[in-house]
Amino acid sequence: MSSETLVEQMKGGLDAPICLTWELTYACNLECVHCLSSSGRRDPRELSTEQCIAVIDELRDLQVFYVNIGGGEPMIRRDFFDIVGHAVDNGVGVKFSTNGAFIDGRAARRLASMDYLDIQVSLDGTDAATNDAVRGAGSYETAMRAMRNLSDAGFGPFKISVVVTRHNVDQLDGFKALADSFGAQLRVTRLRPAGRGADSWHRLHPTNPQQRQIYEWLLAHGENVLTGDSFFHLNALGDPLPGLNMCGAGRVVCLIDPVGDVYACPFVIHDEFRAGNVLAPGGFTSVWRGSDLFRSLREPQSAGACASCGAYDVCQGGCMAAKFFTGLPLDGPDPECVGGDGEVALAAVPVALAPRPSPDHSKPQRAAVPAAGGN
Amino acid sequence: MTATLDSACTLHPRVAVRPEPFGALAYHYDNRRLVFLRHPDVVRVVTSLADHPSLRAALEANGIAEERWPSFVKAVDSLASSEIVSVL
Repeated sequence: MSSETLVEQMKGGLDAPICLTWELTYACNLECVHCLSSSGRRDPRELSTEQCIAVIDELRDLQVFYVNIGGGEPMIRRDFFDIVGHAVDNGVGVKFSTNGAFIDGRAARRLASMDYLDIQVSLDGTDAATNDAVRGAGSYETAMRAMRNLSDAGFGPFKISVVVTRHNVDQLDGFKALADSFGAQLRVTRLRPAGRGADSWHRLHPTNPQQRQIYEWLLAHGENVLTGDSFFHLNALGDPLPGLNMCGAGRVVCLIDPVGDVYACPFVIHDEFRAGNVLAPGGFTSVWRGSDLFRSLREPQSAGACASCGAYDVCQGGCMAAKFFTGLPLDGPDPECVGGDGEVALAAVPVALAPRPSPDHSKPQRAAVPAAGGN
Repeated sequence: MTATLDSACTLHPRVAVRPEPFGALAYHYDNRRLVFLRHPDVVRVVTSLADHPSLRAALEANGIAEERWPSFVKAVDSLASSEIVSVL
């Protein structure tokens, strides 16, 4: 079977996802301006330990090889190690994303002793100023301390996960050097206008010249740098980047959120892309195999306004989530279309018409409290 | 190590194989490689390697026509290079 027909087959969907993201909680110690899940506060309906264990048992039965755990900050859950331990003991490998706040020396040693476990520490700048502008004051030092602890504990090659913005794009070499210094692996992903990112995207996303810079840097580094396959919209610039280069939403990937809602991908936490809930009869399996939304995403997609563009075969019209949250039609160019078509389309969208992310678990804005008894 | 018809091979103990409509997905828990086994015959041969003293014996036992053997040797050799298959 040629790789082309394999991709066609994958577009038609698999019996179970290859790559499943599971946000364990909306609670977070940070308030990153680009948070995909608008995290901050725990949702009272979040899955209990028993419900999480049942989800893992279902994933085991579906032979899901590994799950990407995130949040919020997943380690904030008191049953974090119980859930992760149950997964790896059942052959469901875990890769989890963390800001590192809870990786002290003891936690690092515990993590290092576990099998089938991989860790991604999020970092968005090679210096505190660049990182903290996006992730919050002190978050650079927190991440660096966690990485030192993992390294000292002999965890092995953990990952450093970077979201590329117009402010850190010139630091890609620096990130790579930092990863190399820890014996870690660098992972860079695309900034999506989802969650709180819907508001910050317009001032953070790479400019068009920077997109070429990212493309060339990724091409030069090949498979040594992981991307979660997130830059396929850049393929219109030349030779394709490594990876499957297709939108996997509802086809090979999906997201389970902290309350058990299943969405097409981690970047579309919105009612329109909610396929069902793991607590409903039939569980995750029937959502994956039977939901109307996922069935429709597995149908051949229309190229729409991109049909006449010679690059469509390699860029596939880009990212569904990026289009949705910037108010662009799903069968048209990506807002970061390297041909410039997205910019033009974007200029025609009144900001008020772009869909608002839902739900929002951001912490309430702190109002200034006047000093008691003051004049 | 290169796989030949005479090689004794086995699926790596840290590899899981999941059936799919096109064949199967194989995942290596150590190097985290995900590999597509693109034909049901390849899946049958690869998952039965450990039961046979050589790749040739596995192909015979699975009723694979001899003219197809070179493509299977190539496939198994490529799986060996990504450590999905161990050549003993």
